[in-house]
Amino acid sequence: MAQKTLGAAIGLGLDGALAADDRVLLMGEDIGRLGGVFRVTDGLQKKWGADRVIDTPLAEAGILGTAVGLAYRGYRPVVEIQFDGFIYPAFDQIVAQVAKLHYRTRGAVRMPITIRVPFGGGIGAVEHHSESPEAYFAHTAGLRVVACSHPQDAYWMIRQAIACDDPVLFFEPKRRYWVTGEVDASLDAAPPLEAARVVVEGTDATIVTYGPLVATALDAALAAADEGISLEVIDLRSLSPVDFDTVEASVRKTGRLVITHEAQQFGGLGAELATSITERCFTHLLAAPARVTGHDIPYPPSRLEEHFLPDLDRVLDAVDRVLGRANSLTGWTL
Amino acid sequence: MQSPAETPLRLLGPDGRRIPNDDFDPWVSDITAERLAELYEDMVVVRRIDSEGIALQRQGQVGLWPPLRGQEAAQIGSARALRSDDFVFTSYRENAVAYCRGVGVEEMMPMWRGTAASGWDPYEFGMAPPAVIIGAQTLHATGYAMGCAKDGADSVAVAYFGDGATSQGDVSEAMVFAAAFRAPVIFLCQNNHWAISEPVSLVARRPLADRAPGFGIPSIRVDGNDVLAMMAATRWALDRARRGDGPSYIEAVTYRMGPHTTSDDPSRYADPAEHDEWLQLDPIARVERNLELNGLHSVHEVASRTADAVAADLRRACLELPDPRPLELFDHVFTEPTSRVLRQRSQYAAYLDMLGEER
Ligand SMILES: Cc1ncc(C[n+]2csc(CCOP(=O)(O)OP(=O)(O)O)c2C)c(N)n1
Repeated sequence: MAQKTLGAAIGLGLDGALAADDRVLLMGEDIGRLGGVFRVTDGLQKKWGADRVIDTPLAEAGILGTAVGLAYRGYRPVVEIQFDGFIYPAFDQIVAQVAKLHYRTRGAVRMPITIRVPFGGGIGAVEHHSESPEAYFAHTAGLRVVACSHPQDAYWMIRQAIACDDPVLFFEPKRRYWVTGEVDASLDAAPPLEAARVVVEGTDATIVTYGPLVATALDAALAAADEGISLEVIDLRSLSPVDFDTVEASVRKTGRLVITHEAQQFGGLGAELATSITERCFTHLLAAPARVTGHDIPYPPSRLEEHFLPDLDRVLDAVDRVLGRANSLTGWTL
Repeated sequence: MQSPAETPLRLLGPDGRRIPNDDFDPWVSDITAERLAELYEDMVVVRRIDSEGIALQRQGQVGLWPPLRGQEAAQIGSARALRSDDFVFTSYRENAVAYCRGVGVEEMMPMWRGTAASGWDPYEFGMAPPAVIIGAQTLHATGYAMGCAKDGADSVAVAYFGDGATSQGDVSEAMVFAAAFRAPVIFLCQNNHWAISEPVSLVARRPLADRAPGFGIPSIRVDGNDVLAMMAATRWALDRARRGDGPSYIEAVTYRMGPHTTSDDPSRYADPAEHDEWLQLDPIARVERNLELNGLHSVHEVASRTADAVAADLRRACLELPDPRPLELFDHVFTEPTSRVLRQRSQYAAYLDMLGEER
């Protein structure tokens, strides 16, 4: 097994997908010669040629709209949206076309399009480069939405997303692109794309998260352990559909739930998770679920982003809250 | 790839000699050697602003900087043709336009330093904040121009955008609206030959100026490294707009002499020979040659003294920019804060207090 960065693991997965199926195409701005602004597709155009790794015109609606046509024709386009904030020009094509064509045609047409989106903040970027737009897509029936958090999973998940006959929004935590880990390039041990993963087992409270904040939640579990608190950390992996069974089993055990994501709170995935788990586990819950999220404001300029992004302390504060500990800011409800 | 030799409108040759043009000379008949020297100084100053921006990024004082080197004439020639009651909508590379609009160096930096999402009051300078979303501003300019026409004002809106942007649906839609409503708007495309790593040849089989006539919008292709030609073409378009003749399109053919931004690596895609070819067409050097031919010899020293002073101001202003206070996060989300925003604000204030942090 090789050590790879998360970005390189995705690149390896793309390479494997291109090798496995000659109907797979990569499309996006600057993905060829430059290898993408994050270099995820580095070397792939050289290896597979400019008609399989395609530098497209600078037009997101054009990229997604032509991907729809290519999918009609039996291709499996993997498109790269350069940054989260640039997906909105393609929004109409994704939610009104890509998401609905299978349903509209009663299954006759498949849209096996994978839409790769570097997402989230924490890299000191200018505006439109740090967004967390996952809830818009999770809200749309017909789209699968996933987020990877570490190199091995990133490799497995991109392979599975491309092989999946449904359209998949594939969110890549950009501030974790350079995190390294072991990557097994076989697919044998891969969990199903829609399965959540219990990363750390614990008994006192469950933290559910995904993407960039999995690492933060793990830090929180370590810090809590120092105080004798045992946290279970779940990496959701799939944001739509959500593997509620795994979360439910955990919360039935711990009785306490903390949800954390970078996206704004209102109408975010945390709201869905809290409600669904409360419905399933009401009598097992010892405290109301707590959310640790971005504030309900536009993503701020970079010198303020540390105050926007959930960090270790804010997660631990929420843990204190669900445990009813005196050093928490108890009484926070919204 | 489009070669600079194919550029249609050129009034000042690379050797500094004036090239007579019956149609366009009248638009710049007031540009005496002294006034040309002012344009020259503008260009020298903005080049200096640009290199200071790059230096500040390298020193970790700003997060990112989009260099404009090579595009000084395209920006100065056009922006100096405008009136203060005109309104410009730019993307992110138009620091020279901002300079011409009177935006101070202290207001230029917050966006790049990350202390604010934008630096200046758009109404004070007749200039919207930079649009990072490619092409979006062309629609804003068109709508603003529709408003000018409705008000019976003879103000004009100008949309600056790149060659890459011409692929975006927004830019086509802007032209549809501008033509439909005869909006007094100028589409000013700076064809600097690159959209990050993608050459203009990827998206254009014909000169970009050729697109506009299909929408019913007259267009002109200009040597974007010729400050005089840029001014003449812009004045032509402004005149059309002010007289009620509607939109025009200018393709300024120029070249991005640096990286896309300070995070880019052009050695992965650009040909150094092409870069050297364009070096011969430098927008500043040719004006300097012209001024020398006209007996103005010390222009360079004078201009660089001004440039040094502006650069020093820029550096000081940048370093003095205070970090925003954490609770500013919650300002201006809505015109009046909603109860939810206020609640989150007070919760976050309590949290900062708990940690003993400044708020
Ligand atoms: C909608 C959108 N997609 C992608 C980007 C990323 N991006 C920023 S600048 C750029 C290239 C723009 O090229 P061009 O329009 O020619 O302007 P230039 O940078 O050359 O001035 C790209 C792809 C963006 N800002 N907005």
